[in-house]
Amino acid sequence: MSNYSYIALIPLLPLASFILLGLWGRKYFKTSAGIIGTASLLASTLLSLYAAYSYFFVDGKINGAYGKVEVLKYTWLQFSPGLSIDMGFLLDPISIMMIVVVSFVSLMVHLFSIGYMKGEERFATYYSFLGLFTFSMLGLVLSTNIFQIYIFWELVGVSSYLLIGFYYDRPSAVAAAKKAFIVTRFADFGFLIGILILGFYGGTLDFGTLLQRLTSIQSSEFISITRASFLGVSMLTWGLLLVFMGGAGKSALFPLHIWLPDAMEGPTPVSALIHAATMVVAGVYLVARLFPLFAMDDAALQVVAYAGILSALLAAIIACTQTDIKRVLAYSTMSQIGFMMFALGVSGYGESKGLGYTASMFHLFTHAFFKSLLFLCAGSIIHLVHSNDMKNMGGLRKLMPVTHFGFLIACLAISGIPPFAGFFSKEGILMATYESNKFIFFIALFTSALTAFYMFRLYFSIFWNKEASTEKTHHGEGSLSMKVPLIILTACSILAGFVPFSKLITTDGIPLEEHMNLLFSIAPVGLALLAILLAANLYKKANTRPQKLSQSLGTLYIAAKRKFYIDEVYLFITQKVVFNLIGRPAAWIDRNIIDGSVNLLATVTGKTSQGIKGLQSGSVQNYALYFFSGIAALAVIFIYLWK
Amino acid sequence: MNLSLLIIVPFLTAIAILFSKEAKTTRIISLLGAVVQLALALFLLTAYLQERSAGNTAPMLFEYNYVWFAPLHINYHVGVDGISIAMILLTAFVVLAGILVSWKIDKWNREYFFLLLFLSMGAYGFFISLDLFTLFFFLEVAVIPKFLLIGIWGSGKKEYSAMKLALMLMGGSALVFVGLAGIFFNTNTFDILQIAQLHIPVATQKFFFPFAFIGFGVFTALFPFHTWVPDGHSSAPTAASMFLAGISMKLGGYGCLRVATYLMPDAAHAYSGVIIALATIAIIYGAFATMMQKDLKYINAYSSVSHCGFVLLGIGMLTKTSINGAVLQMVSHGLMTALFFAAIGMIYGRTHTRMVAQLGGLLKVTPFISTVFVIAGLCSLGLPGLSGFVAEMTVFMGSWQNPDNLYRLATILACASIVVTAVYILRATGKTIMGPINQTYLRLNDATWNEKLAAGVLITGIVIIGIAPFLINGLIAGGTETIMKQIGKTIISK
Amino acid sequence: METVPLTHILFVSTALFCIGMYGLFTRRNLITMLMAIELILNSVNINFVAFNKYLYPYKLDGIFFVIFIITIAAAEAAVAIAIIINQYRTHQSIDVEDATELKF
Repeated sequence: MSNYSYIALIPLLPLASFILLGLWGRKYFKTSAGIIGTASLLASTLLSLYAAYSYFFVDGKINGAYGKVEVLKYTWLQFSPGLSIDMGFLLDPISIMMIVVVSFVSLMVHLFSIGYMKGEERFATYYSFLGLFTFSMLGLVLSTNIFQIYIFWELVGVSSYLLIGFYYDRPSAVAAAKKAFIVTRFADFGFLIGILILGFYGGTLDFGTLLQRLTSIQSSEFISITRASFLGVSMLTWGLLLVFMGGAGKSALFPLHIWLPDAMEGPTPVSALIHAATMVVAGVYLVARLFPLFAMDDAALQVVAYAGILSALLAAIIACTQTDIKRVLAYSTMSQIGFMMFALGVSGYGESKGLGYTASMFHLFTHAFFKSLLFLCAGSIIHLVHSNDMKNMGGLRKLMPVTHFGFLIACLAISGIPPFAGFFSKEGILMATYESNKFIFFIALFTSALTAFYMFRLYFSIFWNKEASTEKTHHGEGSLSMKVPLIILTACSILAGFVPFSKLITTDGIPLEEHMNLLFSIAPVGLALLAILLAANLYKKANTRPQKLSQSLGTLYIAAKRKFYIDEVYLFITQKVVFNLIGRPAAWIDRNIIDGSVNLLATVTGKTSQGIKGLQSGSVQNYALYFFSGIAALAVIFIYLWK
Repeated sequence: MNLSLLIIVPFLTAIAILFSKEAKTTRIISLLGAVVQLALALFLLTAYLQERSAGNTAPMLFEYNYVWFAPLHINYHVGVDGISIAMILLTAFVVLAGILVSWKIDKWNREYFFLLLFLSMGAYGFFISLDLFTLFFFLEVAVIPKFLLIGIWGSGKKEYSAMKLALMLMGGSALVFVGLAGIFFNTNTFDILQIAQLHIPVATQKFFFPFAFIGFGVFTALFPFHTWVPDGHSSAPTAASMFLAGISMKLGGYGCLRVATYLMPDAAHAYSGVIIALATIAIIYGAFATMMQKDLKYINAYSSVSHCGFVLLGIGMLTKTSINGAVLQMVSHGLMTALFFAAIGMIYGRTHTRMVAQLGGLLKVTPFISTVFVIAGLCSLGLPGLSGFVAEMTVFMGSWQNPDNLYRLATILACASIVVTAVYILRATGKTIMGPINQTYLRLNDATWNEKLAAGVLITGIVIIGIAPFLINGLIAGGTETIMKQIGKTIISK
Repeated sequence: METVPLTHILFVSTALFCIGMYGLFTRRNLITMLMAIELILNSVNINFVAFNKYLYPYKLDGIFFVIFIITIAAAEAAVAIAIIINQYRTHQSIDVEDATELKF
């Protein structure tokens, strides 16, 4: 067994970059911040790759399965005997896969940002925030403890807030940052309760012990958590569902997805890093982390599956109607995460039943590359065009060949065209779904075709359609630091599919035999190709067909364009219901009733003394009168009335 | 170590200030005094840890007992455990920051610093007292200066606020005194440790517990006796707000724990439902009321009501973890809210307004102050890595261990407040720190050295607790142990 | 020997007391008020002497009290007149209605 203590450096290097640049960046590293950040990430990435290499190929399998390694564990906060937050680093196949993805994509984004954010006044601050985010995300995936994951979960949320609101003087960015934080916070509230439930019944917060105790049917913990129920649903289901709620919030699943499209207000590389490749898959990762437990509970898995497919479908439909390229990409992200989620939902535990799990992780892996590539390409395009709206684009293929090529590859990959990365993972998902749930399979098939359609709608609208206006040419495609990440990610999007995933990552750690079924692939690939042809027909040359199509769809089109009015519903609930029916009355009651009664007490005291002060007339004879009447009254009481 | 030094140092500093002629010497003397206080507190901490690791298991350390007034068995009896030390450290941090923030006070600055130090003396005395009468004495010492601080140096409707605060706190003290007298007449001693050994009859406990608890509760914004909090805080000068929220409100929490719960555990059990209900209302309702506020100080004051609800919730749940959490929350909230008020004070000192609607985009011109504001806000909404998270999570975790279903519901409601907290904090941050800048504020200066230092002191405390909670958790757990033993007795006796 | 019944004496003292009360409440002149107070005191003296005579003829307690009261009344008159003189000096009047500074 190798010594994995160096794992600590992987998250700590970006943290160091955050502290260094955050405290002194503005003064000393105004221009070199990019280099510092990138260097720290480069070191992290190399360490992650080395860790992956030694985990999978040096140590390899023990008893035929990849095991779990926990390093540098210490008690951070002891609640009570048994319940404590232990900080540490957990290495198992999925966490290794995640650190590679996170550090790699983060490195690409750091590199890309050197060119993209050049000349920005808060350049160093930007890099320090990126460092904070990367640290939190790496900490999240390496967590050994469910509370540790919650801690980094929150940190990820706040760094996302800071980065979305990076252009803090734009009200829309501030609003979007706030929305993202509050929506995910709401989801985290569920997550927290879920942790409380699981921690209480499991008697531990440690992942290993928790899973071990709650997955063995004879254990007293398992019996008590399944016996206890609330509203007719067992506590295990409640706990898992609430934890899933947290995951759904972070992963922008319906109906907690509303923050993701708005989050595109942040700088584009940030969207590539946080809102495409890493943070938004945290929910998927969380479910995967607790997967053995989810596999014990059918109801919870069903919810995961249906929430996933619903989001996938809904987002794909909305994506077809949006014109802001980043929003299209955001909805596409949401849709792809839906894919990963329902793949987990239809999966089982152990051996070939765990195919969905493997496919989901695989899709997470490949998606990270092509989606961050798409976003970085979008960044290049926005850098050139200075607009997010695809109506202002068109014919850019000659102006930016590298971007064009990368974008095309990424679109092919996400559409599931062989032999690009997305094909393999998506086939895995569809196959797993086909075997366990036909209903979800057909929707997934449709969504997958829809994906190809809206991605190529985007592609053709940007790079073909009308001719580019010449005034944009002077800009060029950006500096080398912007092109290099695009090229590397393009290569990854082509090659990532060939990683033998089912040999490395499975539910129980025991490698699966791959069985690609070429016949099975005909339907999804054929549908995707048809969708691409349709998109080419509609959008390759400027014409009026798209308009006619949208008009013929009528209400459905308008509803999709308005994102099915979900934002409006939320706005109604928050503004009208929460503010007007709870907040305002609470504030009013406090000022008028509670404080009013305090003031009333004071007023009554004042009024009473006002009333009786007349007795103090200053006239001696009055006083004498009171005195004698008092005596007389007392005399009467003592003589006649006292007992 | 001689605990009386904690009282003597601020007292001597306060006296020395009266003899100083210039504003400058006054400031330097008070700053020195505050630094010595902090040094003493830190020294006390190390001495305490040394004693403990040497195997001293007495419930209270560094005890000193001097007969003050023999006929009534009033002693000057002091001693500390982990909880008191945590509170003393909190006081020392807040006092230092408060004095740094008030550097520029030029109206009657001698009297101002004198009152601040006098208040801190009361707080130290309160936290180290092991005699109910001494405890009450110092409680009163800590109340009076606040009236003057608000009434003379305050802003807005300061006379009204000063009067309201003083009267409500005095009312609280009166209730406390009834409770203390009740304990005294049943045990014939004021000594906390002795009383803990005796068993007060349950019926008596049940009668006097509400007096003591509500009395201290007024200090710590127990619903519905919290209305002095918004008015008092908003009218107070910056340092007084910091002292009020950072120290004063903690006197109440500490009293609820050390006097009411520790000495009358049976009654604490009997009333725990009521306490939890009130605390939950305070948490939720305070949070929603905060959402509607337009003045930064009101926002922080109402959020204090909500946050102090966690303290009471933790005490009411009566599990070891929840009480630990309550103490952590006191320390954390003290530091955090002091930082928040300091930041608001800095903003107000420059823009002369605290209305959220009039501010905006301050990050551009005053990055340091804005960062401080954001850190305080993030701590308030429970960001991991800052103290608020540790404290709140400990309270939640501890509360959940109380298996009663209704109590669990209260815990869930309390957890829900983290969402509302996020809403109001981000609203305030979004409107004041971010957004387009108001053109009139383009020439503001960023923080001066004293303000930076003040914020630095508080942030250090917040971050230390947030990153290494095991340091303070062990300290507090020692004190909670004693209280839990007392509570444990009642469960067995039932 | 035919004695005067106690009730007669009590009647006299009560009448004296009421006259004194009436004088105290109605008169505005401080000297007259002082005289009214003396009347009240003397009605009490009569009571003491009468009860002493009729209830405890062989004791002198009641008589002692009377002597006390007479002494105190003398001292009180001195003090009262001093106050009245002072009031006259400050207010140029000994009307009680003019001395109402001591109120709310």
